[in-house]
Amino acid sequence: MSDGIRRRDVLTGAALALVGGAAARAGVIKGELPWRPDTASPPPRVEPGPWQFFTPEELPTIEALADRIIPPDSQTPGGKDAGCVVFLDRQLAGAYGSAEGLYERGPFIQGAEQQGPQSSKTPAQTYRAALQAIDQYCREGRGSGMPRGKHFAELAPEQQDEMLHGLEGGTVDMSGVDAKQFFTTLLKDIQDGFFADPIYGGNRDMCAWKMIGFPGARYDYRDWVSRHNERYPLPPVSIGGRADWTPRQR
Amino acid sequence: MARRLPRKDVVIVGLGWTGSILANELTDAGLEVAAIERGPWRAAATDYPPNWAQDELRYRIRHELFLQPAQTTFTFRNKMSQTGLPIRNWGAFMPPNGVGGGGVHWNAETWRFLPTDFVLRTHLTQRYGARFLPADMTIQDWGVTYAELEPHYDRFEYLCGTCGQAGNLQGQILEGGNPFEGPRSRAYPNPPQPQPFSHTLFAQAARTLGYRPFPQPSGNLSREYRNPLGVRQGPCSYCGFCEWFGCGNYSKASPQTTILPVLVRKANFVARDRCEVTRINLDPSGRRATGVTFVDTSGQEWEQPADLVLVCAYTIFNVQLLMLSNIGQRYDPVANRGVIGRNFTHQTISDVVSFFDPKKFIFNPFIASGAIGMCIDEFNGDNFDHGPHGFVGGGYMGQVQTNGRPIETTPVPPGTPKWGAKWKQAVKENYLSATKPGTGVHGSMYSYRDVYLDLDPTYKDRFGRPLVRITMDFHDNELKQNRFLTDRFAEIFQAMGARQMDKQYRRAPYDIGDYQTTHLCGGAIMGTDPKTSALNRYLQSWDVPNLFVIGASAFPQNAGYNPTGTVAALAYWSAEAIRTRYLKSPGPLVHA
Ligand SMILES: Cc1cc2nc3c(=O)[nH]c(=O)nc-3n(C[C@H](O)[C@H](O)[C@H](O)COP(=O)(O)OP(=O)(O)OC[C@H]3O[C@@H](n4cnc5c(N)ncnc54)[C@H](O)[C@@H]3O)c2cc1C
Repeated sequence: MSDGIRRRDVLTGAALALVGGAAARAGVIKGELPWRPDTASPPPRVEPGPWQFFTPEELPTIEALADRIIPPDSQTPGGKDAGCVVFLDRQLAGAYGSAEGLYERGPFIQGAEQQGPQSSKTPAQTYRAALQAIDQYCREGRGSGMPRGKHFAELAPEQQDEMLHGLEGGTVDMSGVDAKQFFTTLLKDIQDGFFADPIYGGNRDMCAWKMIGFPGARYDYRDWVSRHNERYPLPPVSIGGRADWTPRQR
Repeated sequence: MARRLPRKDVVIVGLGWTGSILANELTDAGLEVAAIERGPWRAAATDYPPNWAQDELRYRIRHELFLQPAQTTFTFRNKMSQTGLPIRNWGAFMPPNGVGGGGVHWNAETWRFLPTDFVLRTHLTQRYGARFLPADMTIQDWGVTYAELEPHYDRFEYLCGTCGQAGNLQGQILEGGNPFEGPRSRAYPNPPQPQPFSHTLFAQAARTLGYRPFPQPSGNLSREYRNPLGVRQGPCSYCGFCEWFGCGNYSKASPQTTILPVLVRKANFVARDRCEVTRINLDPSGRRATGVTFVDTSGQEWEQPADLVLVCAYTIFNVQLLMLSNIGQRYDPVANRGVIGRNFTHQTISDVVSFFDPKKFIFNPFIASGAIGMCIDEFNGDNFDHGPHGFVGGGYMGQVQTNGRPIETTPVPPGTPKWGAKWKQAVKENYLSATKPGTGVHGSMYSYRDVYLDLDPTYKDRFGRPLVRITMDFHDNELKQNRFLTDRFAEIFQAMGARQMDKQYRRAPYDIGDYQTTHLCGGAIMGTDPKTSALNRYLQSWDVPNLFVIGASAFPQNAGYNPTGTVAALAYWSAEAIRTRYLKSPGPLVHA
């Protein structure tokens, strides 16, 4: 039997952070395994719909960034068409964007690199500030040989790449945003979106998995472990299934 | 005000691997046992069923099954002269949370330590002379021997259904096993897992170089198994979502798949989940524990009185609880006095990522299990003469690649840009024909005077208590060891036919952002002298005899293997001492 420790008191601040909902109450486990129906938590599936984090001003910039990090080619879409920006939009609007669960007590002191990031900003705040700084940098034509008055998305691909190299190397001054750190985060997030299960909004039609030959969420390779140096023949599947399994769906 | 619960014979802090073992042993002895666990109950059906367990973003990247730093974290610095800063998001290691502890999402690489590991200082001093050891290296003998622990290793392996090939059966060296291992009383309960292509090629290459490769002992099952408690596991399906993930197939040894179904049904056992123990309570003499205080999710404080307190909360939380409960003398590295926080260690790992001709090699890296792999042990412990090399220690090395999960395992050859068209092309070309073992070189980390735990002067947890502060850096001995081992490792991939290799040596300073196993050890170590150890050889506190502290926190230094086989053997060893000796006459089991 598993029954919550019944106490109706107002939650204390200290405990609040740890409580995720009705099921997330302290419990007593005795006599049998505490299994209860309908307590599983399947992953939230990203649905198409309005942008939840990015503003209309930010979108062209982040989409262009995604396409320079993962450029389209004749066989595989780039970051934008693969859905990496949709992925990032939902991530930034959710727990990741608000740094949920991380240690956020001060003081915030910059230490040695080996001591890890010490920013008081959440990823959502960082993206907001960085995208604005990138746009401003471009419009002011601050890079050498860069045109004035253009948004990042309007630059030629080579000029965009030059900007990215500047961020990567930390040579672009982004008024208050740590360019290098932001670039590391951006790179990670876009590539995460490209390779994560398509239920999160990126890797559309499992394009990234098809590109490399990863079969996805298949769970059983017993017949294959001893078959050496042979190409695995089956197409990938997602946690959400595969289009030809559910032909009537969207 | 804390609410007081009825007294129990035993209270156990933490229901992970060690907590489950101790609870089962002591309920079998007829004792009333309560376990208090910080995290939630976890089970395959609700938390990681096979219809969505294979979610790399959720479990690997956002690490859903782990502790959140907001609940508790640590501060970190390399040197005593620096200011410790908080670990805001996990990096170098990742603390487990929830029933089953690390057993839920470990790889299940199930090793024994070498006989010489337990008498390390004595052995090295005899072979090389005391002056061979760096002056500030604080390694010690354990106070327990391999021979004493052997039956307990055996019990854990039969509990788990560990798959492997014996290399030393009662002194007889067997072909295909690890010839360096200590003698084992019987063979592994299950045969080794079949090996994928790159793992098999690695073993062939190692053999051509004169080494004796063997399958890594694995708690991912090669066949159906029913353990001595009557709990069943199914065969592993090589899904490639093992470590960081829970197993949806019931084929990875964990408390859930080996002990809990029996334990939870016992009338003399009760567990509480989502309850964090904040303090071990002492009577006014300070020499006797009276129980523990814990807080539930509503913020309510409870007291669980008990005659015997077992701290099974994982290495660094064990030490945290001792410090915050003012038990034992805190270690002071300047005066070189005190024991709580002393001899803290981690692991010295590195990797070699290799790239092969895609036209000739299809490795299918996604076909793997968490503890799959072919290893060699020629360079572990003192299996080779260190005289010419000027360092001590070592580790196993192997093609132990567990996955081809694409966020984590899409390696590109050195010199490739990190993004853009060239990066994309390189990912595509190399995915099926690269090897990335992960922890390919799995080396020891010995203990030093200036690597330790204490309480941070500035940063606090959510209850306003000081965080534990980690002071840790690599010393020359470990860096030399790693360079030597990584070079030997790369030679094997070269012999395998690699076109290009990326040798990722371990470098100083120790980086808290770079994952390097969750094998934290020490801080409340066992030994024979209360001046240099917190616990006696039965893991009983020298200061508070009705308190036992179980876990890798007891390791005086870390060996070149994964710890849990030894952690579990110590848990059984300690349980036996409690059952056969302590209960008859409660009090110190060793007189100092
Ligand atoms: C990703 C990963 C892979 C690993 N792979 C391997 C491997 O292949 N081989 C190997 O040998 N080892 C491996 N390990 C290490 C292994 O998980 C640990 O050695 C093992 O779980 C230790 O057992 P334990 O009982 O000491 O701690 P745990 O199993 O972690 O259990 C401790 C429990 O105590 C609870 N707790 C902590 N503090 C409190 C408190 N204050 N109050 C109440 N409860 C508390 C925790 O929530 C936890 O459930 C791995 C670890 C990780 C994270």
